[in-house]
Amino acid sequence: MSDLSYVRAEMLPERAPPASQVGFVGWARQNLFNGVGNSILTVLSLIFIWYVVSFLLSWAFSPTWNSASLSECREIFGAESGHHAACWGVINDRWQQLLFGFYPNGSEEGTSDLRWRPILAFLLLFVAVTPVLFNMISRRMNWVLLCAVLGLTSLYLGGALGIVVGLALIAAGAAIGYKALTADKTARAAEIEAGAKRLPNPLIFSAIYPFIAPWLLWGGSLWLPIGAALGFVIGYFVFRFLAPIAGSLVGMIVAVLVALVWWLLLTVGFADLMQSIIPIGLEPVESRDFGGFMLSITIGVVAIACSLPIGIVLALGRQSDLLIVKALCVGFIEFIRGVPLITLLFVASTLLNIFMPPGTNFDIILRVLIMVTLFAAAYMAEVIRGGLAALPRGQYEAADALGLDYWKAQRLIIMPQALKISIPGIVSTFIGVFKDTVLVSIIGLLDPLGLSNAIRADQAWNGVVWELYGFIALLFFIFCFSMSRYSMYLERRLRTDHR
Amino acid sequence: MSSITLETHADRSKMEVSDEVAIEIRGMNKWYGAFHVLRDIDLTVYQGERIVIAGPSGSGKSTLIRCINRLEEHQEGQIIVDGTELTSDLKNVDKVRSEVGMVFQHFNLFPHLTILENCTLAPIWVRKTPRKEAEEIAMHFLEKVKIPEQAHKYPGMLSGGQQQRVAIARSLCMRPRIMLFDEPTSALDPEMIKEVLETMVELAEEGMTMLCVTHEMGFAKEVANRVIFMDAGQIVEQNEPEEFFNNPQNERTKLFLSQIL
Repeated sequence: MSDLSYVRAEMLPERAPPASQVGFVGWARQNLFNGVGNSILTVLSLIFIWYVVSFLLSWAFSPTWNSASLSECREIFGAESGHHAACWGVINDRWQQLLFGFYPNGSEEGTSDLRWRPILAFLLLFVAVTPVLFNMISRRMNWVLLCAVLGLTSLYLGGALGIVVGLALIAAGAAIGYKALTADKTARAAEIEAGAKRLPNPLIFSAIYPFIAPWLLWGGSLWLPIGAALGFVIGYFVFRFLAPIAGSLVGMIVAVLVALVWWLLLTVGFADLMQSIIPIGLEPVESRDFGGFMLSITIGVVAIACSLPIGIVLALGRQSDLLIVKALCVGFIEFIRGVPLITLLFVASTLLNIFMPPGTNFDIILRVLIMVTLFAAAYMAEVIRGGLAALPRGQYEAADALGLDYWKAQRLIIMPQALKISIPGIVSTFIGVFKDTVLVSIIGLLDPLGLSNAIRADQAWNGVVWELYGFIALLFFIFCFSMSRYSMYLERRLRTDHR
Repeated sequence: MSSITLETHADRSKMEVSDEVAIEIRGMNKWYGAFHVLRDIDLTVYQGERIVIAGPSGSGKSTLIRCINRLEEHQEGQIIVDGTELTSDLKNVDKVRSEVGMVFQHFNLFPHLTILENCTLAPIWVRKTPRKEAEEIAMHFLEKVKIPEQAHKYPGMLSGGQQQRVAIARSLCMRPRIMLFDEPTSALDPEMIKEVLETMVELAEEGMTMLCVTHEMGFAKEVANRVIFMDAGQIVEQNEPEEFFNNPQNERTKLFLSQIL
C-alpha cells in the first residue's frame, strides 16, 4: 500500500485565467459561439436583426421633414416606393400640438402665447422632485437649479422688471453654484457642525410645488392655491391644539373635517375676497384647451404622487385589527380592482354630474384625476401589502420591544423596508398608470392619442399612421424607461446587504 | 447537549439581589386559541436577579418572557413590571417596553439602518434624546460589546455573533432596568456563542436584572442565582443553580437534565 500522507510545502500563487476566458474573445465564445447549434442560431439572429433594422432605418431616414402634406411626401419619395418611407412632415407640422394640445399659443386674435407656463411647471417639477428622488444632489445645487429655471423664465417673459429679476436670479444661482463647487466638503461639514448658516431645505420648495403647478397650468387668482395651502395649515394647527386634549385619533379626525369644511365652503370666498383687495393672478386657461403630453404628464404625475400615500394608508388599513377600517379598505380595493378604468372614467365624465347638486361645475380634468388616482391607489395598496407580508415578524416585534408606538414603528421600521421590497412593483404600477392616461381620449379629452385622430382628420395628413404613433410611442418610452432605470438605481442605492 | 465552557469565571461579588421587586406575576394564564400554553404562573423577580429559564421546547418558556413585555397578551392574572401593571392600556405597555430590554433568537436588527442608527433609533424617538447624545450613548455601549469599529456598517455585513452583540447594545441604549433574553445563542455557531455569553456575563456582573431562556447550562451554573424549569406551560421546579443541577427533585426535571448534561 502506498503512503497516503501528504504535506503541502508551499501554497500555490494565483495565475491569470486562460485567454479564451477573458476579454471580448472569451465573452463571444461563451455567449455567442458556444457549440455548433448556438453558432448557427447566433448567425441567423444577426441576419434577422440586420433585416429588420435596415428596413426600419431606410423607412425612418427619409427626407420628408419639411413636407406640408402626405401627398407632398409621396412626391418626395416617389410613388413607386409606396409607403416604404416615413412622412415626418406631420411631426414637424404638429409636434407643438402633440405636446400642448390647444393650450393658448398666441395664434388666435387677442390671445397671447402662454405655453411658457406648462414648460415652467414641467421644469419646476424636476426641481421639486430632485431632492426627493436623489440624495447625491446637494442642497445648494438644488437652489442653483431653482434660480436658473426661474431666472431664465423671467428673461423669457422680458420687460424691464423681467430682465432685472432674471439677471438677479441667475447671478444668485451662479454665486451659490460657484461657492458649492469651490467649497471643500469636509471644511463645509465642519462649518455646519459649528453652526454655520445653511441654505433652507429644498424640500420646502417640493412642498410648495403642488400649489404652484396647478396655478401655472390653469391660471386664475393666486389666492386660490394659497387658500388651498391654508387648509393644510389650519388642519395642522387644529391637530396640534386638539391632540394633547382629546387624543391623536380624535384630533386627526377633527383636523381633517375642519380642513374639508375650509376647502369646500370657504376657500373660494376667501380667494375672491383677497383677489378683490389685492388682485394677483394669471390669465385663466380652460380645461378643454388642455391636451397632448401636457395632459398625460399632468394626470400621470398627480396620479403617481397621490396614489403612493393613499396606497400606503389602504395597505395599512387592510392589515388593521380595527374591523370597520379593515372592511372599508378591503371593500374599496376590491371594488376598484374589479372595475375597468374606462368604466371609472365614464362615471367621471357623465354619471358624476348627475349626483352633483345642479349648477356645480366640477372640472372634468379634476374628476379624471380623482378617478385615475383612486384606481392607481387600489393597485398600489396591493403591491405594498406584498412588501408588508414579506417582512419577517421579528421586525415588528423588535420595534414593539423597543417601545416604538404603531405610527413610529410603521414610519421608521416597517414602511422603509416594505417600500424597498416593493420598489419593482410600485414602479410597474406607476408606469402602468402613466400609460393608462391615454384612455382619457375615450371620454373626449385630447391626450396624444386623441390628438393623433384629430390630426388625421385634417385633409393634409389623412392616412398618416406610423409616424404619429411612432412619435407618441417614443415619448412614452422615454418617460417609462427613465422611471424603470430610476427604480433600478434606487434599488441599488438602498441595498444594504453584502456590500 | 454540549455546553460552551466560559473562560472567565463570573465575578459574583457584585451580583447583589435587592429586596426591591422588579417583576411580579400572579396567577397568570394564557391560551393560544384553545391551547392552554401558560398555567397558573406565579413568579416574583427581585431587582438584580439573574434567572435562567430552561425546559423542553414547547414548554412555554419563550411565551412567558414575551408576556413580560406584552409581545404576547395574557388572559388571566396579573403581570406587574416595575410597578406598572400590563393591561390593554397602550400607554402602560409602551412604558414597560421602554424599561425592559429584549434580545431575540434571530437578533431582529433593522437591516435598513446602520449599526449606529439601530442603536440610536429608540433613544431618539422614544426617549427624545438629542441625536448627538444618543450617538454618544450608542458608541459607549458598542464599545462595551467590543464592536465600535462596526458602527457605520449595516447588520447584513456582520457575523451572527456580532449582530447579537449589537442587539444587546441596542437594548442597553434604552437604559433598561430589566433585560429579557429569548434563546440569544440558539442561532449561533459555537465560536460565536462564546462571545455573546461573555457579553451577557459582563452585563450580569454589573447587576442587571436578567431573565434568560437558554439551553446554555454552563451559563446558568456560572451566572444565574435561580434556575426555573418549565414543562407543559407550568413552573415545575425552581432552585439555586447548584441545588438544581446536583439535586433535582421532580421526575421531569431529572429526566430533562439527564438528557442535556
